[in-house]
Amino acid sequence: MKLDPKIPSGPLTEKWNHYREHVKLVSPGNKRKYKVLVVGSGLAGASAAASMGELGYQVECFCYQDSPRRAHSIAAQGGINAAKNYHNDGDSAFRLFYDTIKGGDFRSREANVYRLAETSVRIIDQCVAQGVPFAREYGGLLDNRSFGGAQVSRTFYARGQTGQQLLIGAYQALERQIGLGTVKMFARHEMLELIVVDGVAKGIVVRDMVSGKIESHMADAVCLASGGYGNVFYLSTNAKGCNTTANWRAYKKGAAFANPCYTQIHPTCIPVSGDHQSKLTLMSESLRNDGRVWVPKRKEDRLKHPSSISEADRDYFLERKYPSYGNLAPRDISSRSAKEVCDEGRGVGPTGLGVYLDFADSIKRLGKQKIQEKYGNLFEMYERITDENPYEVPMRIYPAVHYTMGGLWVDYELMSTVPGLFVLGEANFSDHGANRLGASALMQGLADGYFVLPYTIGNYLANVKPSDRPSADHVEVKKAEQNVQSRIEKLLSIKGKTSPAHFHRELGKIIWDYCGMARNKEGLEKAISLVQDLKKRFWSDVSVPGSGQSLNQALEHAGRVADFIELGELMCRDALQRSESCGGHFREEWQTPDGEAKRDDQQFCHVAAWEYQGESQEPLRHEEPLHFENVELATRSYK
Amino acid sequence: MKLKLKVWRQPDAQTPGRLVDYLAEAKPDMSFLEMLDVVNEGLIVKGDEPIAFDHDCREGICGSCSMVINGRPHGPRDRTTTCQLHMRSFEDGDTVVIEPWRSSAFPIQKDLVCNRSSFDRIIASGGFISAPTGSAPDANAIPIRKSDADRAFDASACIGCGACVAACPNASAMLFVSAKISHLGKLPQGQPERYTRALSMVEQMDAEGFGSCTNHGECEAACPKGISVENIAQMNRDFLKASVSKRPEVAAGGAG
Repeated sequence: MKLDPKIPSGPLTEKWNHYREHVKLVSPGNKRKYKVLVVGSGLAGASAAASMGELGYQVECFCYQDSPRRAHSIAAQGGINAAKNYHNDGDSAFRLFYDTIKGGDFRSREANVYRLAETSVRIIDQCVAQGVPFAREYGGLLDNRSFGGAQVSRTFYARGQTGQQLLIGAYQALERQIGLGTVKMFARHEMLELIVVDGVAKGIVVRDMVSGKIESHMADAVCLASGGYGNVFYLSTNAKGCNTTANWRAYKKGAAFANPCYTQIHPTCIPVSGDHQSKLTLMSESLRNDGRVWVPKRKEDRLKHPSSISEADRDYFLERKYPSYGNLAPRDISSRSAKEVCDEGRGVGPTGLGVYLDFADSIKRLGKQKIQEKYGNLFEMYERITDENPYEVPMRIYPAVHYTMGGLWVDYELMSTVPGLFVLGEANFSDHGANRLGASALMQGLADGYFVLPYTIGNYLANVKPSDRPSADHVEVKKAEQNVQSRIEKLLSIKGKTSPAHFHRELGKIIWDYCGMARNKEGLEKAISLVQDLKKRFWSDVSVPGSGQSLNQALEHAGRVADFIELGELMCRDALQRSESCGGHFREEWQTPDGEAKRDDQQFCHVAAWEYQGESQEPLRHEEPLHFENVELATRSYK
Repeated sequence: MKLKLKVWRQPDAQTPGRLVDYLAEAKPDMSFLEMLDVVNEGLIVKGDEPIAFDHDCREGICGSCSMVINGRPHGPRDRTTTCQLHMRSFEDGDTVVIEPWRSSAFPIQKDLVCNRSSFDRIIASGGFISAPTGSAPDANAIPIRKSDADRAFDASACIGCGACVAACPNASAMLFVSAKISHLGKLPQGQPERYTRALSMVEQMDAEGFGSCTNHGECEAACPKGISVENIAQMNRDFLKASVSKRPEVAAGGAG
């Protein structure tokens, strides 16, 4: 397998312009002859499907939910970054590029990140034109706020529901194309196999989740925008349905999986309350603009009422450790710091796994009403879940799995190692390196879908003849359908004694304990054998009642858990091989004396991409070296 | 705490359904869906089919939840989706009746799962601003009064769950449709299509078989996002104005 990132030549700031000016085009008359599939309808999928429909391609879009509007992008709270410099505070595309590269601990591709930064400004324009009601100032112009890892205010937001508003914008653009007949939507359809003919992606096999019917869809290109794999941890801030199945099927058909060990643990989530917990809820990073994070200085105070702990007895640990960024230190660093103080026994709340996020100072300074205006819905959500009023008692928060930077390997054109298979948004690995900065996921999803893929896919299709599209009775299609069918039958026939959810929880605990916020060699080796054992037990003892010919949620879950188990093993392998600490990947063996991540640029300044080798074979690890020509590889410091 | 559940079970759209009794054990900190998860796991290990229900984000924003709990869409707590409802809103020993949304425009697919694609078709008929990718001017080129942006936001907070339809004695979708008409109609970008939008969305709404509004206000009371019935008044105004001022489209071929 050869990993050619296909980065255009020329100076960094000119690469994308140059690419766009020289890329091959498909004429309007020919576009309608091509068929393109989009799997997923979140920000990346919906924006890509809508934009390609507008261009004139025949598009089919698939989602597992009952409507494309429900994709999990909708839950993003805080905002979207763009280097507009509307606030005259010195922002520029280069600064956004630099912050993102540094935030990712120098483990992402310069050219991709610069393209993302320069495209960011057009995203805001596009969304406003669609009617996204961003927050505004009294003069009628757009408002901004600050987010972690940046010293400028470049985050555009719509109260605490930015993802919802952006997704509804993209969804409406998508529905418009559906109404015009350029896009055909398949809701409640789950992709279960990628069809590869002569080494090229030519279609997918899906299951109609209502009738259970297995169908194949043939096309000239396939785009996966199926999101991240955070649910491998069972407990995460992802929606319950988020899964890795589409990506994993593609991996098993030859698409390399890059950096699976790069996962993001978000510092501000509502702590776990009990064993019944089914998911975790994020409290937006934007809260750290006005909330101060602290724990008691002394262990003995941890169960005292927070109001009875005096200023002098509080440890505002982020402000203490990172004075220049304070409470807005990046996510990986803030999460690790919270873990550290809890490990010292100073964590608050009944479980001891929590730190305070305190708004008392801001309420004093700005008034309750201003705080309500900024964060009202988040405060309400917090109260609903915990039954505590954050206007009066500080919030209790703890880190939780939130985002996965790893994903299918793509080149500059967003094409995977399988020709004709494109990967967008969180599903790919490309832009965030080893740690993503806040408000950058929405930016990347929409950049990929609105402004990158519509250009790069043309460059691919210009060399493809629509008449070469295989028919649905091609032998590879039948083989793929047969795979899907026999897997479903296998799951239904085991008739074991353990629920898919039980296996999922067990997997999550293994991955959280050994491949979570801190990792080490011994633990990872243990995790690999635990996961292998879990896989055996799963395939001999899972219980999936009902049939394959109807709506069957236990069957859906079981299929996803089976794939998560295999991915979990790959994550541990990747974490084990990467003998350094960087961003969200913290190997205890590699840290500075004050506990910060210690990179090894000599050995690991590369992307690790894994190639599937077959059922009982170890996967092969490939490296794509990362070249830094425009920034200096520095030790990341937020002090 | 122990609860007695009466849950609507229906194998598919064609087969008649019925209420089935289950016993549930719960803790006050559990969410309502977590309580059902526990019931379902119990069913699965016995080899019985679990209760099918729609859910996804479990943080009150995706709009998947669609349960009528003791006669109220999304249950007893105001402005709260089912997934954000916690068991502390119930008492030990309570009987809880759980049914799907009931409306002929939302046909039941299984148990508590219904088909809400009629909402998508209404949006496809006109619930958008035509702004093809790449055609947008600078975002600050058109200032928008803060109060207009805020009111547009209030309407755009709709999560498309359909509780308004489930609560309405006429199964009317006017709160949903009007929220979109208000959201886009309040913004300068939405003005060019404002009146055609009202006409086509209302037409599609009627074609889907939703009922009419007779001012019960149940929709607003059931809405987990507090969408106001004021939007319906706005929609009626736009629709009326559009109906009386409608003219045939002028289209002529280019002359080269």
